[in-house]
Amino acid sequence: MTTVSNDDLFAYALRLGDDSLILGQRLGEWCAKSPEMELDIALMNTALDVLGRARGFLTYAGQVEGNGRDEDALAFLRDVEAFGNVLLVEQPNGNFADTIARQFLFDAFDLPFMEALAASADETLSAIAAKAVKETAYHLRFSREWTIRLGDGTEESHARMQAAVNEMWPYVHELFEMDAVEERLCAAGVAVDRAALRDRFERTVADTLAEATLTRPETSWRPVGGRHGRHTEQFGHLLAEMQWMQRAYPGCTW
Amino acid sequence: MKDALSGPDPREAAFQATVDSEGKIEPKDWMPEAYRKTLIRQISQHAHSEIIGMQPEGNWIGRAPTLRRKVALVAKVQDEAGHGLYLYSAAETLGASRDDMVDALIDGRAKYSTIFNYPTLTWADIGTIGWLVDGAAIINQVALCRTSYGPYARAMVRICKEESFHQRQGYEILVDLCQGTAEQKRMAQESLNRWWWPALMMFGPSDDNSPNSAQSMAWKIKRLSNDELRQRFVDQSVPQAEYLGLTIPDPDLKWNAERGHYDFGEVPWDEFMEVLKGNGPCNRQRMEARRKARDDGAWVREAALAHAAKRAARAEKSAA
Repeated sequence: MTTVSNDDLFAYALRLGDDSLILGQRLGEWCAKSPEMELDIALMNTALDVLGRARGFLTYAGQVEGNGRDEDALAFLRDVEAFGNVLLVEQPNGNFADTIARQFLFDAFDLPFMEALAASADETLSAIAAKAVKETAYHLRFSREWTIRLGDGTEESHARMQAAVNEMWPYVHELFEMDAVEERLCAAGVAVDRAALRDRFERTVADTLAEATLTRPETSWRPVGGRHGRHTEQFGHLLAEMQWMQRAYPGCTW
Repeated sequence: MKDALSGPDPREAAFQATVDSEGKIEPKDWMPEAYRKTLIRQISQHAHSEIIGMQPEGNWIGRAPTLRRKVALVAKVQDEAGHGLYLYSAAETLGASRDDMVDALIDGRAKYSTIFNYPTLTWADIGTIGWLVDGAAIINQVALCRTSYGPYARAMVRICKEESFHQRQGYEILVDLCQGTAEQKRMAQESLNRWWWPALMMFGPSDDNSPNSAQSMAWKIKRLSNDELRQRFVDQSVPQAEYLGLTIPDPDLKWNAERGHYDFGEVPWDEFMEVLKGNGPCNRQRMEARRKARDDGAWVREAALAHAAKRAARAEKSAA
C-alpha cells in the first residue's frame, strides 16, 4: 500500500468540495426565478444536495490540512487562484436550457465518479460519496429528462437546448483530466481513475442526446485550468457575492 | 337554486349547524357561494404570500455568511415554495385553478401579505424575518388550524410545524448577532427598527376597520380577531427582544398589569394602506420578478407540453 501524502489528500478533498460548492452557489441563483414553482423546488433540492457534500469535503480538507481552517474559512477566505473547481460548474446559469445542459453533463460524469469514489480506500471520502450516489442518481434523472423534454419539445426549445449543449460541451474534457496529485492518490486506491469513466459518460450522453433529437457537438477547443486556479472572468464575481459577508465583517460568528 | 325557493335554503342552515358544532366543511359538501369565494380569496392570498416571500429571503442565498446558514436558508425558501404549492392545491379543492390564481397575482388583482414588499438590506433581516415574520405567521396560522374548511385546516397543521422551525432558525441568527461584535448588534437593532411595525401590520387592519371579519368569524374561517392576534404577537415578542438585548422601536410600549398585556402605540396605518395599494418599497419589483419568471419560462412549459403530446402520440401509434 502506497502512503498517501496529506498535501495530496488536502488538494483532492478541496477540489471535490469546490466542484460541489460552486455548482450549489450557481443553482441557488435560480431561487424564485425558474419557469415553474416545482422547478424552483427541484433546483433548490439539487443545490442543497451539492452544498451538503461541499461541506463534507471542505471540512475534511481542513482537517487533513491541520492548520485550523474549517469549511467556512475554505469557502469564504480563499481567492480565485486557490479554487480548484472545474470550469464547467462556474459557467453562468444562462437560460433554463443552459443550466440543464451544465447539470446534465456534470451529472452524467458525477454518477459513475461518485460510485467509484464510494470504493475509495479513504473512509471519509468513501462515506461522502456513498451518500452522494443516491442523490446524484436523482439529479441525473432530472437533468436527463429535461434535456430530452427540451430537445424533443418545440422548435424553439430544441434550438435552445442544442445551443446550450454546444456551449457547455467544451468544458466536459476537464472533468477527465488527471494531474500528478490524482495519479498518486489513484495508485494508492484513494482517488478515482477519471479516464476509466469516459465510456460510461459517453454512453449516457449518446443515449440521452439521441432521445432528445440533439447532436453531439464536435469541438477542438478544450479549455482547462480550473484545477490549478485559472478560472473564467465571471468566477471573481461569483466569489465577490458568495464571500462578501466574511470579507466585510472579518472574524465574526454568524 | 335559492331564488327558486320561497324560504331560506335549508342547506344553509345545515351548513351553519356543522360550522357551529365545530365540524369541518369538506370539498364536496354544499357551501354558500360567498363562503367559497372568501376561502378562495384567503387561501390564494396565503399561497401568493409564500411564493412572493421567497424573493426577499432568496435575495440572501448567494451571500449567506456561512455554509450552515446558506443550507438552512435554501431549505427554508424551498419549504416556502412547498407551502405555496400545498395552499394552491387547497384552493383548487374549491374549484379555483392555479393558473388563474397566479394570473390574478401577476395582474395585480390578488393580494399577498404586505410584509414582503419590504426589502432585505442586511443579513440581520434574514434573522428578523424568521423571528418576527414567521412568528406573526405562526400566530395567524395556529388559529387557522381550527378553521372550518377541512383542507385549509389540515394544510395549516403541517405548515405550522415547518414555520416554527423557521422561526427558531431566525431567532438563532439574531442571538449570534446580539452576542457578537458591536457592529453585528447594531445590524440587528437596525433591522428590528425597520421590521417591527410592518410585522404588526401582518395581522391586518384594526377590528373597527376590518370589513370582512364579522362574516368570516361567523363562518369560523377566522377564529380570532385581528387585534386579538396582534396583541398575542406583541406579548410574545417583547420578552424575546429583551433576551436579545434589543429595543422595540415603540416609545408607548409598556406592560399593563390591569389588562395582563402590553400596551403599544398606534400602528402606522397610512403606511399600511400605501403598501396595500401597491406603493411599498418593493411592490413593483416583486411583481416584475414573478412576471419575468412566468414569461421567461413560457417556452419551457410549452416544450414540456409539446414533448408530452409527442410521447402520447408515439405510445398510441405503437399500441395500434
